[in-house]
Amino acid sequence: MQIDLKTVNIEPKRKAFDHLVRRFGDKPASRYQEASYDIQATENLHYRPTWAPEQELYDPTISRIVMADWHALKDPRQYYYNSYVLTRARQQEAAEGAFALVESRGLHLTVPEEMREQILDLLVPLRHAAWGANQNNVLVSGYGFGTPFTQPCLYYGMDCLAVAQYLSRIGLMLGGVDALARGKAQWMDNEEWQPLRRLVEDTLVVRDPFELFIAQDVVIDGLLYPLIYDSIIDGRMAQNGAAPVSMLTQFMTDWGKETRKWAISVVKVAAAESEANAVIIGEWFRTWSERAMAALLPVIAKVMGEDADQLLAGGLDDLKAQLAKAGVSL
Amino acid sequence: MDMQVKQPKLGIKERYSLLTRDLGWEPSYQAKEKIFPYTHYEGIKIHDWDKWEDPFRLTMDAYWKYQAEKERKFYAIIDAHAQNNGHLNITDGRYLTAIKLFLQAISPGEYAAHKGFARIGREFEGVGTQVACQMQSLDEIRHAQTQIHAMSNYNKFYNGFHSFADARDRIWYTSVPRSFFDDAMSGGPFEFITAIGFAFEYVLTNLLFVPFMSGAAYNGDMATVTFGFSAQSDEARHMTLGLECIKFMLEQDPDNLPIVQKWLDKWFWRGMRMLTLVGAMMDYMLPKRVMSWKEAWQVYGVENGGALFNDLARYGVRVPKGWDVANEAAEHVSHQLMLGLYQWCFGTSFHAWIPSEEDMAWLSEKYPDTFDRYYRPRWDHIRKMAEAGTPYQNLGLAQLCNTCQLPAVFTEPGDPTTHCHREVEFEGETYHFCSDGCRDIFLEEPQKYVQSWLPMPQLFAEPNFGDVGKWMEWVGLKPGVDNGDYHGSQDEASFEAWKKHQSATA
Repeated sequence: MQIDLKTVNIEPKRKAFDHLVRRFGDKPASRYQEASYDIQATENLHYRPTWAPEQELYDPTISRIVMADWHALKDPRQYYYNSYVLTRARQQEAAEGAFALVESRGLHLTVPEEMREQILDLLVPLRHAAWGANQNNVLVSGYGFGTPFTQPCLYYGMDCLAVAQYLSRIGLMLGGVDALARGKAQWMDNEEWQPLRRLVEDTLVVRDPFELFIAQDVVIDGLLYPLIYDSIIDGRMAQNGAAPVSMLTQFMTDWGKETRKWAISVVKVAAAESEANAVIIGEWFRTWSERAMAALLPVIAKVMGEDADQLLAGGLDDLKAQLAKAGVSL
Repeated sequence: MDMQVKQPKLGIKERYSLLTRDLGWEPSYQAKEKIFPYTHYEGIKIHDWDKWEDPFRLTMDAYWKYQAEKERKFYAIIDAHAQNNGHLNITDGRYLTAIKLFLQAISPGEYAAHKGFARIGREFEGVGTQVACQMQSLDEIRHAQTQIHAMSNYNKFYNGFHSFADARDRIWYTSVPRSFFDDAMSGGPFEFITAIGFAFEYVLTNLLFVPFMSGAAYNGDMATVTFGFSAQSDEARHMTLGLECIKFMLEQDPDNLPIVQKWLDKWFWRGMRMLTLVGAMMDYMLPKRVMSWKEAWQVYGVENGGALFNDLARYGVRVPKGWDVANEAAEHVSHQLMLGLYQWCFGTSFHAWIPSEEDMAWLSEKYPDTFDRYYRPRWDHIRKMAEAGTPYQNLGLAQLCNTCQLPAVFTEPGDPTTHCHREVEFEGETYHFCSDGCRDIFLEEPQKYVQSWLPMPQLFAEPNFGDVGKWMEWVGLKPGVDNGDYHGSQDEASFEAWKKHQSATA
């Protein structure tokens, strides 16, 4: 049966906004493009910041990285608010299901005590490191230039807050409020956590948005997530009675992989822009990865003992391979 | 196996506190002043960031969940709106002027708020404060994007939307909101939150959103209504945050009061001036009107704002300077600005028109003390000129106020027949202002306001050198297409033809 729909067929006058036609040609624009390109003011800025009069209000020169067009640093996931929030809402639903299942069946009670203590010692202090990552990404988002680069950094920063909150809930589930207090005391005072805390505090005074992106998202998290969540929780501990905990860290495992792809693709474009960029990124990588290796070793050694060195070296090799493929001079 | 004691259930407040504030720590490897370099230079004293009351206790997982529900609905509706030619349901093509102005002037402000809140979401020292600001930053980018997406379909069928990104940085009237947001962002974190979080989001937001969203609803614009509704619960959070920030500053130290009061004076005046654009929209651009600017000002400004300042009086806060002047001006400003916009509408990326007899009857009724006396005669004169085939165009350039950037078209307080103009000499240059309020703002921080980018002189500078045609190209304005009187425009012709076609096939 044919249904006669009463619609008016009228010819559109144009396919897209001017700035998108200039960038992508005279064709319909995607929602990601509409939401991301040229939506930050760039010209005729009125006043210099009173907090840093040497800067412009939106200033690409606060980074040592030079891009002819910062909009080239696009997000391969094409996240704008809608696609970002919908993706995370699905993931949080899965996480919520895992927390509910573990708690209702008492699965966390099946984790052997020694293992439980190890997990608390490892994961709970990391919630503070995740908060540091939130701070750094929010800074990149606030002061970085061009929405395609800065918008995913805000999403990343909020994700780090979520990670810190999931870690806190794991702490609460396995050890109650005391576990959070103990984790914070470890973060503040225990010898094996001090290099990492020092590293995080040292990143908190970096004000070059791209350096901060390299230090935090590419290097620190690029080493930390695969090691902690893939190798240690899923690889080692889950085999030894901690399978319920690996259900609770699924978000972090998936998220680490997803964000790595984005971060490496941004590095690739920035490095391809010029030899100078590639060299600077390489310098930053060396500086921050040396620090990060030294900071993560004592944390991992506590769980992995003598295997820690090898595990860490493997993590660094993986990361280096990804960066070399992205064109960074190492 | 070890048996664990079941953990006692935590209260919401305690749980939220553990999941947010407890994440921060007292740094020892780097000095606090190096991590948070901007929290002292404005003179605001905060002794205990923990005294901050979290205005809403939203963890990230809950945020994603609630926001995703709203997002699904929003995009379902605007997709349907585009699919079904929802733009033909608007009352009249003239209505489009209101949302062209919105996209060019307001949406970029949402984006600026996103950047500004990201900055203070990093710069403030308390985790609770930071998280609240970060969530607002996330909401603000949402608003910028949903607005662009809602307008995208209008852009396909009508003129005046296509170059909003160029207009934001280059055309003259957008520098009113642009300079407003640039001003707030170039202030320190406490001034920014006072300007945007409190003065704008709390005191004045109802004067922006209610008129636009009700105007959209009255005029059949489902797309705009939908983003308005969808943003409403975000706005409620933002208002709570703004008020909490003010109270927090005032409670932390008595020395903060004079600083906060100075900012309230400044941002009230700046906000009131910027919203004059909304006033012109309400009184002149809606084919089907909601309420007059004067009525809106009475309800949302005088009554709600008055109650708010009564409430804040216990901290020693008084109503902002210029409050009475603003109340009196609500009788006049929308007419004065619209007369200006009409005479310069060859230079706007939206259409203007001469109000009809019916429109003017409504204006007389809403402004019984002022419209017939001061403004009807001018519109009558303009109409006669148009009927004689010599439509009124003011080819002289508007004198823009150095602070608010509106054309200096306003009159003296208490004397609606005398043009108000103020001048200040500073370091050998003369600066012009529309009012005492704007002049006083300049005098507080002359070094800042000498930097104002004034769009009119730009016409004579590179790359335009006085060539109006070149200037139009530079701002993205297509002469004879985007600008001028609505009557005789392409938009009018298209809308009428499509409506006719629609009713013929229905």
